[in-house]
Amino acid sequence: MEPQLIKGNEAVVKAALLAGCRAYYGYPITPASEIVEMAALYLPEVGGVFVQAESEVAAINMLYGGASAGVRAMTASSGPGISLMQEGFSYLAGAELPCVIVDMMRGGPGLGSIGPEQGDYFQIVKGGGHGCYRNLVLAPASVQELVDLTMLAFELADRYRNPVVVLADASVGQMMEPVSFPEPRPVPAAPAWAVTGTAATRHNLVNSIHLEPDVLEGHIRALEAKYREAERSEPRWEAWRVDDADIVLVGYGIVGRVLRAVVETARRRGIRAGLLRPITLYPFPTRAIRALADTARAFAVVEMSTGQLVEDVRLALEGSRPVETYGRVGGNIPTVEEVFQLVERTLVGARVPSEVSTNG
Amino acid sequence: MASDAPAMAVIHGRSPIFYRRFDRKDDDQHQTHYCPGCGHGIVTKLLAEAIDTLGIQDRTILVSPVGCSVFGYEYLDVGNIQVAHGRGPAVATAVKRSRPDSIVVSYQGDGDLAAIGTAEIVHAANRGEIVSVIFVNNAIYGMTGGQMAPTTLLREKTTTTPLGRDPAVHGYPLKVCELLATLDAPVFLERVALGSNKQIMATGRALRRALENQVHGLGFSLVEVLSPCPTIWGLDPAEAQTFVRETMTRTFPLGNFRDRSASAVPRRLAVTVPDLGELPRILGLGPASGADGASDTVVPASPVPTADHRIVVAGFGGQGVLLLGEFLAEAGLSAGYHVSWLPSYGPQMRSGTSNCHVRISAVPIDSPVVSRPNVLIALNEPSLRKFLLSMEPGGLVLYNADRVPVDCAGNDVRITPIASTAIADRLGSAKVGNMVMLGALLEATGMLPDGALDRALHRLVTQESWYELDRAALQAGRAAVHRMTAAPAEPSLARDPAMG
Ligand SMILES: Cc1ncc(C[n+]2csc(CCOP(=O)(O)OP(=O)(O)O)c2C)c(N)n1
Ligand code: SF4
Repeated sequence: MEPQLIKGNEAVVKAALLAGCRAYYGYPITPASEIVEMAALYLPEVGGVFVQAESEVAAINMLYGGASAGVRAMTASSGPGISLMQEGFSYLAGAELPCVIVDMMRGGPGLGSIGPEQGDYFQIVKGGGHGCYRNLVLAPASVQELVDLTMLAFELADRYRNPVVVLADASVGQMMEPVSFPEPRPVPAAPAWAVTGTAATRHNLVNSIHLEPDVLEGHIRALEAKYREAERSEPRWEAWRVDDADIVLVGYGIVGRVLRAVVETARRRGIRAGLLRPITLYPFPTRAIRALADTARAFAVVEMSTGQLVEDVRLALEGSRPVETYGRVGGNIPTVEEVFQLVERTLVGARVPSEVSTNG
Repeated sequence: MASDAPAMAVIHGRSPIFYRRFDRKDDDQHQTHYCPGCGHGIVTKLLAEAIDTLGIQDRTILVSPVGCSVFGYEYLDVGNIQVAHGRGPAVATAVKRSRPDSIVVSYQGDGDLAAIGTAEIVHAANRGEIVSVIFVNNAIYGMTGGQMAPTTLLREKTTTTPLGRDPAVHGYPLKVCELLATLDAPVFLERVALGSNKQIMATGRALRRALENQVHGLGFSLVEVLSPCPTIWGLDPAEAQTFVRETMTRTFPLGNFRDRSASAVPRRLAVTVPDLGELPRILGLGPASGADGASDTVVPASPVPTADHRIVVAGFGGQGVLLLGEFLAEAGLSAGYHVSWLPSYGPQMRSGTSNCHVRISAVPIDSPVVSRPNVLIALNEPSLRKFLLSMEPGGLVLYNADRVPVDCAGNDVRITPIASTAIADRLGSAKVGNMVMLGALLEATGMLPDGALDRALHRLVTQESWYELDRAALQAGRAAVHRMTAAPAEPSLARDPAMG
């Protein structure tokens, strides 16, 4: 459809509905409140369910209920609310329930601030709940990508029977950009395993308890096998001007866009810089990053957190290349100028010849 | 005793709702895992009986809690969902809302319902969810081995009240039926017990009523069952029954606390579902139309290939800062450019300062963050001072005043004072000061073609009366630029008139 200017937090709800989402449960929190408001407005109009939950604990458990009943369902929140939901994440993954959770990250810890941050990386990407489980995590950098990835999230959730998190820093939810929405997708029929209150589904059971060690181990191995499959099939990233890059900048979400501008600036000044922007944070584009170690001499990770993303980049590189890091937190977004200085520093550290360092 | 026969039949018989073998159990597949004399076993059988009597086996969905009844799904041949500790009512809410024809039963213990899940049960009851809750109150944490429950009786010893429950330290037994009876929404609240065969029969009737209410689409029903836990209480089954009958009921009086089964109006949760093809219209994804009913004016897209406008709009909350930015972005889009709009947001919108970053560019926008603006619209002096130093040399500043503060002038930046608030005031409303600035910006830079604003006006101005005023303000802003270029104002230390 014709591009229209729209705010991220509004677009995410429309995208979910176009993807066949027909249930939303949520609790207000800045900077995600427009999502719950839009859901309250639109879900009843499309014949769906909207419940304003009494807490994020209730909201995530409603999500468990909706998903158990075979409905495409979603919730959204930000830091403090996402923390409260961690119990539910674990149960959803354990019971293999497909659903979508949007986290519009704000500053933390504690109440922190309502400004954009990326401090939820560990709790979402590594798993903030108990047990051996993973969330699939998608990180949009623009409003269009927020729409596209939200729609993809529902597909992946069904394919892997696992919660999928759309992890965005709050600026992606708050900004307006033009979006082309796709045509609506038909609402899928309830999957065969769902519990819908019919004769056909009477023997179905949604469950996460397995007291017998061998049974639970088998279950965990089955989950693990799914995650290995996702690691093979689902990593997504944007690579830009990396082919001849001496230095590769790594960052996701809004940072990825700042880094694009940094690459432009660097190239204008004769520095061969490139960008690798992870789009899936789990599964992480490990192989794509490792492959770049063959050509790039140094890496610089930029994040709106204090050293979370960088751990995965270092793991991917296994010490083969130096990794610089730079972060802004508390609601600040790194500027092109700041990051460009980092690029220069990194190059000096890695003793990479470039027009700047040789001439200067 | 002849009157005991039906109770005995339930306790010793086997309802067809019970699985013939408990295949989901690992070990003994003909016995439940409950201790001899445990109330859970009886309640489960009574529930099966009620489901059978009402003929709702296929429709029933049992939500099993965390507690000794965690394995409820091993016994009842109905749809089964096992959930986290205390969250049954939230799960049941969502299941029922999306599957209105199902009969949803949340089965919960006293730790589950009255401690960790207090919020969920109160709010499900208060929303009047059309579900049936079975609350098995055995005044103890059975599964974890006998810790204090919120319903533990005073002076009762548990593993976490080794000297007995002392109200001064542990509070009083929580009375769930009484608590929920303070709410308007519940339809049926009743406390029953398993202290005698007669009480067991009454429990069966109450459970049936709670399910029947749901079959009829009436609201929230809850049955609290005082229930023996011989194992933890350290009593034999007969003694435990006596304890329920003679001791528990003194703290928890039996009886009905709410019964609107006869007067409550049935509710249907089912909704009409629009055709898929209707969705774009419902979601407002079609072409925009505004106050005058006209649809989009399509401006021929002929963007200037070098265009890269990095704009910061800043001022006080209430000056229309964000809206001005939105107009610009919308107009840029109409003119065929890539655009982005990034606001400052949150409490500062309600008071204090507000700003937004707008980019209008011929090429896809890398970062929507404008750290080095080439256009600044400063609607007050603090904003001017805050952003001036970040400006790119050669950039343009439009400043809401009739003079530029003397210490601000003289940078590598053109500062044009446009007294937009004052001009807007003269037009009839200070609120259109942002539109005066917008007109001035478009006139001063020519960054967007004529007509580019039409679509923005259609979409963003929904009231006819404002539409005219906005157009007048835009015009006044354009004219003001020409006055300024004709007679540039001397820099002065004068304060922004808008700041009073
Ligand atoms: C979040 C969480 N906290 C604690 C537990 C441990 N736990 C399991 S059952 C239970 C208490 C159950 O008591 P009650 O609800 O009264 O049921 P009963 O076993 O007496 O039937 C507790 C504390 C848990 N499973 N989950
Ligand atoms: S511990 Fe108590 S509640 Fe649990 S099964 Fe045994 S008797 Fe029943």
